[in-house]
Amino acid sequence: MKSSDRRSIIEGHDLTYEYLHYDDDGNVDASYRALKGVSLDVKEGQFIAILGHNGSGKSTLARQLNALLVPSGGTLFVDGLDTREEKNVGAIRQAAGMVFQNPDNQIIASVVEEDAGFGPENMGVPTKEIWERVRKALKAVGMWEYRESSPNRLSGGQKQRVAIAGVIAMKPKCIVLDEPTAMLDPGGRAEVIRTVRELNRTDGITVILITHYMEEVIYADRVLVMDEGAVVMSGTPREVFSNVRALKEIRLDVPFVTELADRLKERGVPLPDGILTVEELTEELEKIRHGDQNRAS
Amino acid sequence: MLKDMTIGQYYPGNSLIHRLDPRVKLLGTLVFIISLFTFSSISAYALATVAVLTVVAVSRVPLRYILKGLKPIFILMLITILFNLFMTPGTAVLQIWKLKMTEEGIRFAIHMAVRLTYLIIGSSILTFTTTPNSLTDGLESGLGWMNRLHVPVHEIAMMMSIALRFIPILMDETDKIMRAQEARGADFQSGGVFHRVKAMVPLLVPLFVSAFRRANDLALAMEARGYHGGAGRTKMKPLVYHRKDWIAFLVMAGYVAAQILLRIFVKI
Repeated sequence: MKSSDRRSIIEGHDLTYEYLHYDDDGNVDASYRALKGVSLDVKEGQFIAILGHNGSGKSTLARQLNALLVPSGGTLFVDGLDTREEKNVGAIRQAAGMVFQNPDNQIIASVVEEDAGFGPENMGVPTKEIWERVRKALKAVGMWEYRESSPNRLSGGQKQRVAIAGVIAMKPKCIVLDEPTAMLDPGGRAEVIRTVRELNRTDGITVILITHYMEEVIYADRVLVMDEGAVVMSGTPREVFSNVRALKEIRLDVPFVTELADRLKERGVPLPDGILTVEELTEELEKIRHGDQNRAS
Repeated sequence: MLKDMTIGQYYPGNSLIHRLDPRVKLLGTLVFIISLFTFSSISAYALATVAVLTVVAVSRVPLRYILKGLKPIFILMLITILFNLFMTPGTAVLQIWKLKMTEEGIRFAIHMAVRLTYLIIGSSILTFTTTPNSLTDGLESGLGWMNRLHVPVHEIAMMMSIALRFIPILMDETDKIMRAQEARGADFQSGGVFHRVKAMVPLLVPLFVSAFRRANDLALAMEARGYHGGAGRTKMKPLVYHRKDWIAFLVMAGYVAAQILLRIFVKI
């Protein structure tokens, strides 16, 4: 199935958002435009990555998707529901679950299984089904063995997986992860990304991953690069990373291998654009070496 | 420093007392405390002693561990006893300078000491055998009727359980801030009590700032997961009374009846 045949889960058109600052009398005395006309269309089952530096508006965009913030201008439909309508909020939050940056500040209960059950409890799911959902969700993220543990005893990566389970237990169609790995060590980061990819591939859950780690976006179907409240680049990871210079201009780093390949190319090594993994680079270099040998002989 | 406090902590176990419904334990503790203050004869205290020791034995929490919990209130108890000894008017037994120790005072002091000790022991058995979570669950459903008096029972219980969850996190954070300040020359170790307390003040500002930030994040995360107060919520672990809970209620009633009978028929 081609992605264009699929149903859109998120449709945003010309979104703007302004943060307002009020003076003591309650009048607006300052405003800051965090989003300046962002449009996006995410199909069911896609893995989308949103890249951007601090203050690029990516977190603001994420919060729109869960109706925690409502657009100041433009329209946003999540699972066909308008986020500006008050009555849709419950359904939208169930359809698009959200995982935040700090694992400690989003785990509500003091036992892992109870935290996973928090969302379904809020939705009014019957007790028996809550347990069913909690079991499935914790198994999906590989935290079932820890169901009776206190979150305080877990590592950062494990806590973040519990937070993801808490969202999955609500049976969302889409998960929005707002820099879920920013506070984790490399091991924890890999753990979380592996879990998210797994969910995307096996359960077909749409994933929107917001990050500023380039290594995490190479598996995405599509990458959006944001800067100063607007989408400045969009395409497959390979397309986006072939533009090393433009990325550097908006203070984003490219993956180390991509940068290495880019520098080699500058020195005259005939490499293609947008190399993403070490394997690709070694393969390309092997080809060149063989080519040289062939010519030499 | 805080780790030595056994009072208010959970003692993991799987005894009958541990497995009782938290509402039963809450009511039991309440009944026990009320009985301490209404029945104050020697025979009543003897019965209370038997009751406490039986519950402790069944709960399999070591008695030594429970008595350790009395340490922090030792000074409070001493002050109460001294005040009662010397400030109660009556027939003097002993006179030191202007202070008179009275017969009534001695009796009163003994009463107070026994009551306080049993009060602490009784409530620590509750906290030793009940996880903070089931305690708040028990309070929430046990006090559900107060909703009709417009007391936000669910919200209070939710606040309590969140507070309990964040205690270790904030303790960790305090530790981190302390070390960061020590690295820059702050001194929390030397000097008298007053000096050390004063040195703690600069800890509070960063701690409060961070607590507010966490509260903000948590509120957002709860909202994102569809939290909208207690209405329309279901329970993952609903409280249901089992046979052992009904039996515990009967035992409780038996205890109260025995106390009343003692009061009527035994005059000491």
